[in-house]
Amino acid sequence: MAFLEVKDLQVYFPVKGGIFNRTVDHIKAVDGVSFEMEQGKTYGLVGESGSGKSTTGRAIIGLEEITSGQVLFDGKDITDKKTKNKAFRKDVQMIFQDPYSSLNPRKRVLDIVAEPLRNFEKLSKFEERKRVQELLDIVNVSPDSIFKYPHEFSGGQRQRIGVARAIALKPKLIIADEPVSALDVSVQAQVLNFLQEIQKELNLTYLFISHDLGVVKHMCDNISIMYKGRYVEQGSTKDIFENPQHIYTKRLIAAIPDINPRNREKQFEFRKEVADEYRKSFNHYFDSNGLAFALQSISDTHKVALPEKG
Amino acid sequence: MWKFIVRRLLITFPQIVFLSVLVFVMAQFMPGDALTGLIDPNVSPEALEIQRERLGLNNPWYVQYGDWVGGLVQGDLGQSFRFKMDVTALISERVMNTILLSAVSLFFTYIIAIPLGIVSGRYNDSPLDSFITGYSYLGFATPIFIFALVMLWVFGFILGWFPTSGSVAPGLDAGTVEYYISKLYHSLLPGLSIALISVVSTIQYLRSEIVDTKQRDFIVTARAKGASENRVYNKHIFRNSLLPIAAFFGWEITSLISGTVFVESVFSYPGMGLLFLESVTQRDFSVVTALVLLFGIASILGALLSDIILSIVDPRIRIK
Amino acid sequence: MSNELLKIKNLKTSFRIGDEYYAAVDDVTLTLNKNEVLGIVGESGSGKSALAFSIMRLHTRAKIEGEISLNNQNIVQMSKSKLNKIRGDEMAMIFQDPLTALNPLMPIGRQIEETLFLHNKKLGQQGRKERAIELLNLVGILRAERVYEQFPHELSGGMRQRVIIAIAIANDPELLIADEPTTALDVTIQAQILDLIRELKEKIHAGIILITHDLGVVAEMADRVAVMYAGQVVEIAPVDRLFENPLHPYTKSLLNSVPTEGQDRLHVIQGVVPTLKNLPRTGCRFAERIPWVDASHHEDNPTLHEVESGHFVRCTCYEHFYFPDNKEELENGIS
Repeated sequence: MAFLEVKDLQVYFPVKGGIFNRTVDHIKAVDGVSFEMEQGKTYGLVGESGSGKSTTGRAIIGLEEITSGQVLFDGKDITDKKTKNKAFRKDVQMIFQDPYSSLNPRKRVLDIVAEPLRNFEKLSKFEERKRVQELLDIVNVSPDSIFKYPHEFSGGQRQRIGVARAIALKPKLIIADEPVSALDVSVQAQVLNFLQEIQKELNLTYLFISHDLGVVKHMCDNISIMYKGRYVEQGSTKDIFENPQHIYTKRLIAAIPDINPRNREKQFEFRKEVADEYRKSFNHYFDSNGLAFALQSISDTHKVALPEKG
Repeated sequence: MWKFIVRRLLITFPQIVFLSVLVFVMAQFMPGDALTGLIDPNVSPEALEIQRERLGLNNPWYVQYGDWVGGLVQGDLGQSFRFKMDVTALISERVMNTILLSAVSLFFTYIIAIPLGIVSGRYNDSPLDSFITGYSYLGFATPIFIFALVMLWVFGFILGWFPTSGSVAPGLDAGTVEYYISKLYHSLLPGLSIALISVVSTIQYLRSEIVDTKQRDFIVTARAKGASENRVYNKHIFRNSLLPIAAFFGWEITSLISGTVFVESVFSYPGMGLLFLESVTQRDFSVVTALVLLFGIASILGALLSDIILSIVDPRIRIK
Repeated sequence: MSNELLKIKNLKTSFRIGDEYYAAVDDVTLTLNKNEVLGIVGESGSGKSALAFSIMRLHTRAKIEGEISLNNQNIVQMSKSKLNKIRGDEMAMIFQDPLTALNPLMPIGRQIEETLFLHNKKLGQQGRKERAIELLNLVGILRAERVYEQFPHELSGGMRQRVIIAIAIANDPELLIADEPTTALDVTIQAQILDLIRELKEKIHAGIILITHDLGVVAEMADRVAVMYAGQVVEIAPVDRLFENPLHPYTKSLLNSVPTEGQDRLHVIQGVVPTLKNLPRTGCRFAERIPWVDASHHEDNPTLHEVESGHFVRCTCYEHFYFPDNKEELENGIS
């Protein structure tokens, strides 16, 4: 049994229009996404703005209303309102993109980190403070700073405070939505290293949502590429980077700047070829609405959205 | 844009219906009814009851409301017991005066507020700005009727530059050039009194818009193009800051109403505001009801006007 | 020598905090040749954007000292009216955030025409319109006639960035400053915009200063690279040399903190980037972040040393720098 299983997830947003402001259309932010996750691994979800990657993450944790589909956590359907249990909300936590706006500026670090504890566990003041200090120690923020406010910390420290809050309840799954894209390179390194460390310590599973393929490659065991609400390709990190099959995946990979200046000309040439191929084969890889087809397995680990062989 | 305007108009209609119900209910709660003041106190209660029945005053409220609205639509606002004439005729005489006064005070408001707001916003935190802002605080704090009294006393009585009451000099024939000049002359001092107080909100609004726009990224783009400071202000900052001010125009009308009520009475200026105060003190309720309704409709239309102006001038709403 | 387009000498740009001025750019000396792309890399707080804004003199409240000369005209001392003749004409700038850098209430065409109008009075109304549409075509916008009449909110981020580039190149500038031109964009759009800048460089032969925090972008675009830390240039070299033979501890650390092939752990620089108020003003500014390197290895007044042709490094600490390979060593270094 898979640790987390998402079946045909759809999230549609209504489009209001007309004189009476009625729903005239839907934006299919997430349009039939299915995947499985195993415990202790890191899953990358990559896409450009508007691809629906963040909406997918938010829908799993319940921050967006699901139009249809199922999310099974440890075999239990958590989209079913009746069985929506506290355990799930404890086991799945989220880390947000912007360390500057995701922490309430008027709350002290103690209150921020203790908030989930207060919701789920009855602790005495003393126990609570001790736990918060332990958590801060785990994320390498000085435990003495529990009475400070978010603005007194740097970007990297804030992001780690966000992580401390997320791991307070010893979750099993963490959904990290662009956790480092607002950070400088050296701070990014710090947060990424740290996420890997606590993963080992706590046997965490990550759903790592990002637009940065370099970071995803570094972090993830398994990567999914999303385009306009659908998956176009899914596979192990090796599958995606060494044997990309879908033209959109190829295009994304070709767009990554190469850090070796000597490869420059080669990289430009490659990018141009892929761009040409993208133009020529667009109709082959996408349906008449410009959307991806359903995923088909091409190996044990690798799935690609290809047209049905007719 | 058209969709937006049509939708906005559709909202306006129920607003006006709701207002009419409110005014009607308010009128019902007032002591007495249309007959109380009209009739000789010596008439017997039985005869009165017959009259009531005849006039429909014993009908259920919704029938009465229907009759009242039916009258409104035909321009029948009832009878004024004090003037013994149709309220419609009574008000229409005054409406023109109030519209003139409002136009004059709007004119003064903008002619004063826009330059002061611009100076204050462009040179913010300069001594000049502090002076203008200081004036604004004073304006916020000053009750308009006291200010109007002072204006009347200084410019009307002591200096004698302006007439001290009425809307036109006596003895002039309506329609002559002198008549219109005199009308305008009479509206200047009350108009200015309203303007000098009501400018402060517009000044502060414009100032903060300018200070805000100044720090936007596209201003840097304009400077990087080589635009001079004057050009940056005229073509980018002021244009963009005046847009919300243009939209504010409709609301300005609403706030004018309260201004005219007090100022007209101070200057004995025969407009709707003065009529309103007099009618309240004289318990001429049919007139009060009619005026409240008119003021209310003016406010609703003012808000409507604001939104329509905004939808026309702001491309982000216009193109949709 | 005649190839030199821009010369910056001992530039110091200071901002007022409270009653005192603090230098965000401190003693920067650089040159840019015609037809050259100079990449400036650094993290937030390194002073790279403050440097760009100083060259354009776009700071409204800053004290600028030193020399910035463009074609032998000193921008620092220049009168406002002279400056306005140069800005948008001889030098132009591409901004970071395409969503806010355009006037929301002005049609695209008018925003391009404004810069044409300011610097080319001979061009009539019709001429400006033709040129604006030509520029929109040049930056790869299809249906240029239609976009000409549209407002910014009707265009995507990538399209708006193209418009901003069209404005910048409208008068064939000799110096083009691009301040994080692709940071706000998606990767595929970033690749397109970088392509466009490269193509335009061939066409207009401008010298380009490319400011970015992305080492990959620099590796692809720049001819030479200057690395900035705490308001100073710590290393400057031809792009191949910088990536093959980085010398300054900061450059090395930065390169090691980017995820690349076969890397298990990313390098983390100790401590945090100092704020403007807390910048160390004496000695090697990077010293406090590499405490395991002995104090005697730093210069008292670090200067740039030429170690190979065109390759300069600040301070002598690079000769003794090494990455502590385990935590123990690191902690010993601190104590």
